[in-house]
Amino acid sequence: MELNKDFGIYGGQFVPETLMTVLKVLEKEYKNYCSTAEFKEEYMRYMKQYVGRPSVLYYADRLTKELGGAKVYLKREDLNHTGAHKINNAIGQALLARHMGKTKVIAETGAGQHGVATATVAALFGMECEVYMGAEDIERQKLNVFRMELLGAKVIPVTSGTGTLKDATNEAIRTWVARAEDTFYIIGSAVGPHPYPTMVRDFQKIIGEETKAQMLDAEGRLPDRVYACVGGGSNSIGMFYPFIEDNGVELVGVEAAGSGIETGKHASAFAGGRTGVLHGMKTYILQDEDGLIQPVYSVSAGLDYPGVGPEHAYLHDIGRVRYTSVTDDEALSAFQILCRTEGIMPAIESSHALAQAVKEVPEMDKDEIIVINLSGRGDKDVHTVAKYLGKEI
Amino acid sequence: MNRIDKKFKYLKENGRQALIPYICAGDDTLQKTEELVYLLEEAGADIIELGIPYSDPLADGPVIQAAALRALNGGFKIAHFFDTVTKIRKNSQVPLACMVYYSSIIGYGKEKFVEGCLKSEIDGLIIPDLPYEEYDELMPLLENTNLYLIPLVALTSGDRIKMLVENSRGLVYCVSSLGVTGERNNFDARIDSFIKEVKRYTDTPACIGFGISTKEDVEEFNKIADGAIVGSAIVRKIYESKGNLDDVGKFVKELKGEY
Repeated sequence: MELNKDFGIYGGQFVPETLMTVLKVLEKEYKNYCSTAEFKEEYMRYMKQYVGRPSVLYYADRLTKELGGAKVYLKREDLNHTGAHKINNAIGQALLARHMGKTKVIAETGAGQHGVATATVAALFGMECEVYMGAEDIERQKLNVFRMELLGAKVIPVTSGTGTLKDATNEAIRTWVARAEDTFYIIGSAVGPHPYPTMVRDFQKIIGEETKAQMLDAEGRLPDRVYACVGGGSNSIGMFYPFIEDNGVELVGVEAAGSGIETGKHASAFAGGRTGVLHGMKTYILQDEDGLIQPVYSVSAGLDYPGVGPEHAYLHDIGRVRYTSVTDDEALSAFQILCRTEGIMPAIESSHALAQAVKEVPEMDKDEIIVINLSGRGDKDVHTVAKYLGKEI
Repeated sequence: MNRIDKKFKYLKENGRQALIPYICAGDDTLQKTEELVYLLEEAGADIIELGIPYSDPLADGPVIQAAALRALNGGFKIAHFFDTVTKIRKNSQVPLACMVYYSSIIGYGKEKFVEGCLKSEIDGLIIPDLPYEEYDELMPLLENTNLYLIPLVALTSGDRIKMLVENSRGLVYCVSSLGVTGERNNFDARIDSFIKEVKRYTDTPACIGFGISTKEDVEEFNKIADGAIVGSAIVRKIYESKGNLDDVGKFVKELKGEY
């Protein structure tokens, strides 16, 4: 049986014919290999011994008291090796690449987190690695560029279009079209043509599965609400997916409102987008009346994307997940609250999920429970935060 | 009768192959696009491919990307494009195929887009990001019309070829190489057998595109296929001519073998 390529009316494979055979082979290999006990054992071995999983589900006592409402738990993906959830997926795809006999991997990256995760697994499996990154982003994220180079990857600057994540993705796809024979494209978010959104979700659903088990252990019941930030949407789909059938659990996806939805300077596909096609998938896209991709903005490079994963588009339309957005200001404020109350420095991306919880938790009852997915750590963002707060460092 | 069919009927009767130049609509104005269509037809173009510029053209190399950017910076709008084609149709019956990303079609509104094509009498659609598996998106709107959806077939299509071409109309666009559009010095050795495979399953004319830039390339491909599509080389020529379109006409005549 073939996997379903669509999520309702979203998803699909809007790619050049040259890639269709490549995608069919990928789908087949994914389905056959990644469902085997052999693959699962190997994936879990790396998750435990290399990534350091399971990541803890931490009860944030001081934050709970500060907010004065529901009990707040944090899923600590920031404690993973390389500092974010991205590594879960990079390992899964790299194992598949190795199984398929590919010797080279390519990836796109915005802020550099997925680039670093891919460079890391390429080093781990002895593969050649090229990372496509917008020229603008290279300038803004020099530290991550150097990290990738230290890990043996080649960072390729992309100057076409706006020189940011969407253009890096275009260039990675163009390269892949030409070199698919020996090259595996490791997509970092739950986006792209089928089977990528499904595959990335499956490699990230370990987040939600662990959370469920850990919550049952700690509280003997499931949480009332779960928050996660949404750019392309890989950490959030990984967190939400195992809870989809649990109707008592409210799922909240938080997009980036940048300077405010009303200013037009934002990255919220659900607030300003409509159905379109980008990067091989049909989903909500920020576009103009001719389908041209609109410039997006967020202080968080990881959420700075004009589309959203197709499964999120589906979950949005059926009303299973509530999508909302928070501004740069709100995210930065939540960032500081967590630093101060818990001694945990979250990624600016994750601070968006946190900020929405900070708004809602005081209105909740003390016997209610929430989980926030802390998808990554904030060390990489210290410069951005300093700049935002007007501090010289 | 669709103009593409009529053209190939004529070419076949005369033992000739089609020369199909591509230009990016609105590069750098739509008025220039109109002038270019007349000039290309005059120079011997059999079918003209008009590209609709898009912000994120996945299948295109640097030359066509840059042309699209020039067009978009010049304020290109799809609605104006249809106005221009309507004007062109008053003066010319040259077959026109529109190369357009599905992203543009769905963004503009697919019903509205198809209506625009029908009203302005465009003869075919070439949609690089709409593979066979996604045809359902558009096919229902094209039924019982004279607007053809031209299939793209790739070197990697393999056992998909039969499915892709057996119900084709107009022409089959055979992609000569892996990767994006752009001029190339060497072609894949598999092309001969690839075209033979296409012809095994259809009588629809097979034309080769991607990478073709010289008279020699065209002559070579005319031996195995029914036509050649030349994009980046012409787009570059137009850009370099800095408004002196005579050079462009001369280049097309040369490709056609009439110089």
